[in-house]
Amino acid sequence: MKTNDIILQTVTKVTLFVIILFSIYLFFTGHYHPGGGFIGGLMSSGAIVLLLLAYDIKTVTAILPVDYKKMIGAGLLFSAGTGTGALIAGKPFLTHAYTYVSLPLLGKTSLHTAVLFDTGVFLVVIGVTMTIIQTIGESE
Amino acid sequence: MSLLHLAIVSPLVLAALIPTLYRTFPKIHTGWFLLPLPILLFSYFLQFISQTSQGNTITRNLQWIPSLGIDFTVKIDGLGLLFALLITGIGSLVVLYSIYYLSKEKEKLNLFYVYLLLFMGAMLGVVLSDNLILLYSFWELTSFSSFLLIGYWHHRERSRYGAQKSMLITVFGGLAMLGGILLLYMMTGTFSISETIAVAGELPGSQLFIPALLCFLLGAFTKSAQFPFHIWLPDAMEAPTPVSAYLHSATMVKAGIYLVARLTPIFAQSGIWLWLVAGIGIITLFWGSFSAVRQSDLKGILAYSTISQLGMIMSLLGIGAVALHFDGVNDGIYTVAVTAAVFHLINHATFKGSLFMAVGIIDHETGTRDIRRLGGLMTLMPITFTISLIGTLSMAGLPPFNGFLSKEMFFTGMLNAKEAGIFSLDVWGILFPVIAWTGSVFTFVYCMILLFRTFTGGFKPEKLDKEPHEAPLGMLVPPIILASLVIVFGLFPKLLANTLISPAMAAILPSLVEDGKQFNVHISHWHGFKPELFMTIGVVLVGILLYKTQESWSGIYRLFPEKFSFNKLYDHSLELLQRVSRKFTRMYMNGFIRTYLVYIFSFFIFILGVALVYSQAVKFDTADLAEVRFYEVILVAIIALSSVSILFAKSRLTSIILLGAVGYTVALFFVIFRAPDLALTQLVIETVSVSLFLLCFYHLPKLRKSEGRVGFKLFNLLIAAGVGAIVTVISLSAHSSKKFESISNYYIENTYKKAGGENMVNVILVDFRGFDTLFEICVLGIAALGIYGMIKLRLAKGKTE
Repeated sequence: MKTNDIILQTVTKVTLFVIILFSIYLFFTGHYHPGGGFIGGLMSSGAIVLLLLAYDIKTVTAILPVDYKKMIGAGLLFSAGTGTGALIAGKPFLTHAYTYVSLPLLGKTSLHTAVLFDTGVFLVVIGVTMTIIQTIGESE
Repeated sequence: MSLLHLAIVSPLVLAALIPTLYRTFPKIHTGWFLLPLPILLFSYFLQFISQTSQGNTITRNLQWIPSLGIDFTVKIDGLGLLFALLITGIGSLVVLYSIYYLSKEKEKLNLFYVYLLLFMGAMLGVVLSDNLILLYSFWELTSFSSFLLIGYWHHRERSRYGAQKSMLITVFGGLAMLGGILLLYMMTGTFSISETIAVAGELPGSQLFIPALLCFLLGAFTKSAQFPFHIWLPDAMEAPTPVSAYLHSATMVKAGIYLVARLTPIFAQSGIWLWLVAGIGIITLFWGSFSAVRQSDLKGILAYSTISQLGMIMSLLGIGAVALHFDGVNDGIYTVAVTAAVFHLINHATFKGSLFMAVGIIDHETGTRDIRRLGGLMTLMPITFTISLIGTLSMAGLPPFNGFLSKEMFFTGMLNAKEAGIFSLDVWGILFPVIAWTGSVFTFVYCMILLFRTFTGGFKPEKLDKEPHEAPLGMLVPPIILASLVIVFGLFPKLLANTLISPAMAAILPSLVEDGKQFNVHISHWHGFKPELFMTIGVVLVGILLYKTQESWSGIYRLFPEKFSFNKLYDHSLELLQRVSRKFTRMYMNGFIRTYLVYIFSFFIFILGVALVYSQAVKFDTADLAEVRFYEVILVAIIALSSVSILFAKSRLTSIILLGAVGYTVALFFVIFRAPDLALTQLVIETVSVSLFLLCFYHLPKLRKSEGRVGFKLFNLLIAAGVGAIVTVISLSAHSSKKFESISNYYIENTYKKAGGENMVNVILVDFRGFDTLFEICVLGIAALGIYGMIKLRLAKGKTE
């Protein structure tokens, strides 16, 4: 019997973006409200897992042709690179800098190197979660 | 770096070149490259005689580890020079002998000569060091090179056994000696021997004096094969004969003698030293000569004979130490014992070296060393016979050879022992001459056996593998030189008296010589009709009688069965040690993780419980506690209920779900304790881990899947309850004894001011303490790659299989 998961797939198509948006929200709001790179990353990978559940691994790989192992490396590079940036500026390792600017649409916004660090965390968490799930899923 | 330092390390330097020489000149016997060095060193050391005989010493210093007081300090005095001459002199002869003894085609000569050179350098270092740590370093190098030399024919099982045995025993003693050195250092604050001797008078009061003394003696006794550590020496006879001649008769086994002589000025003030050195020495003398008689292997006889003679020298040094308790140089009747010790040291090196070489020749030319297969070689090997005759008669203590002189003086020394009114010597001192005389009788008997069983009687060609004939000249030259020395020293002992013996005595008994004077050494063949002479006559008469009637009394050896011998004791204790440790390891290392966890947790309970009680840290302070709220009670009840239910769950699925319930409740706890970030993370992570548990559950093997609740074990319950109780007590006590204000105020104040954020948790994670986070994401990355590697590599492996 061929299963028909059209409802699941349709719901996924809609929900996916909500989850992704929520995770991005969590990520960006981290410095001021609960959230941050870790939980944001987990949420994003949750969205991809939902895709995996609704479709199969091959389809998802076709949609998102990402090597998650490389993503871990990229994330670590981001975080370590942020720290090294401070060294280059003559400060101790991992000293963050921030400033406030007025952007046209967003108004008063802070730009903070901690966000770059958090981006690293975000990428690593997605990479790790997806590597584990994909590896276990593919093995038989 | 002076010439003296160079002389000591030159054998080590040459050892580095030997393999190259061996490869470059394969046609020339490698030993020839070696030969000039000991000869050169011998002549170099000879020139010091004029200085030491005037009572001078030569000290050269080279910094090694000055911050620790460890320096390459070498000192030449009478004692060191005597040994250096023995080492280089006999070393040259042994090298010459080995050139003819070892075949160029069959043997790995490069290895042999490297080991031999290592040994020679190490031995020179031992006797010339003035720094105890330096002495110890060289001491261990002699042990190691001796190990390599004994195991030279490593394809033989007996060689490996002998090498291991000598290694274990001598290194055991060497380590004890290191302990002694450190104890001595704690007392004096210096590693220098000369400086230690200078302050020796203050040492006996110290608590560490006796332990240091015992440690040093352990080192000396093991190295010099004293009772009951003598057992390694007979087994070391598996070494090639040049090695036996060099190491196990003339040099290495005398390192212990050297140590005792060198430390006499420091330790001989103690009666324990005196009694141990003299007593163990005399027991060794007797036991060695007694055991030598029963041997049937020529080298076995010589090994036990070496043990016996070393015991004799040792006992003389012990008795000679009495001299330190009396004043005066020349009226001291005890100095004669030291004279005898030094003199016999030289004599023994000459005749024992020649005897070993002679035995090596017999072995080489007939193919056996078993006296039951030998006989009637006198006419076939006349030169070897002459050498053996001189050696054995000297060893037996007959005139006109040098052994006679030292044995007479030995008896004099032993007879004098009871005259001293100290350390109960007047009561027990009479034992010394009695045992010494008995030992000498047996010495005489085995000398006769060695000589007559080999060279007289019927010739038994049918029992020999080879056609016996005289050895080549090169092989005969070294023993001839040594045998001539036996005669020369026997006839003209004065040659040695002021050149070697007197300076050596001055080094052993430094407090007895005044400046510019020296010991008067009296050695003469004829003392008149004194007890010593009658004792010697008695030795000869009883010895001949015992030799003739050997069959009728050899049953005495069966009184002491083989299985109670020290060899068996050594073997059994080694075996026992292995068996017990194997059993012990198997007992507690049983391979079950459950057992190991029991160990870990029991230790955890024990150490924390003891620490709590010992430091009286148990404390309950309810002043600082918050009010208990309704939600918390509910949540605690849920967690407790789920946790307890896990223990009684029948199926694993239930356990997993209950575990998930606990996790989500914890997330709820985070919510009511106002930790939103933690709550979010906990929820997601709990979901992931429960899914992973389910995955594991799904993949359990079908066959052995036994659904059922956890079995009950009282011991596990006790351990679990103990861990829980101890952790609870510690948390309560820790909470009750807060000593500092929390650091959190700083974060509260500065999260916005300094880090430009409002979520304090996140600011701490990425800013204040971002370094931790950096490595936590590394941990995550490693975990992911680990899982990837485990699964993918397993698949790849499955494919190849």
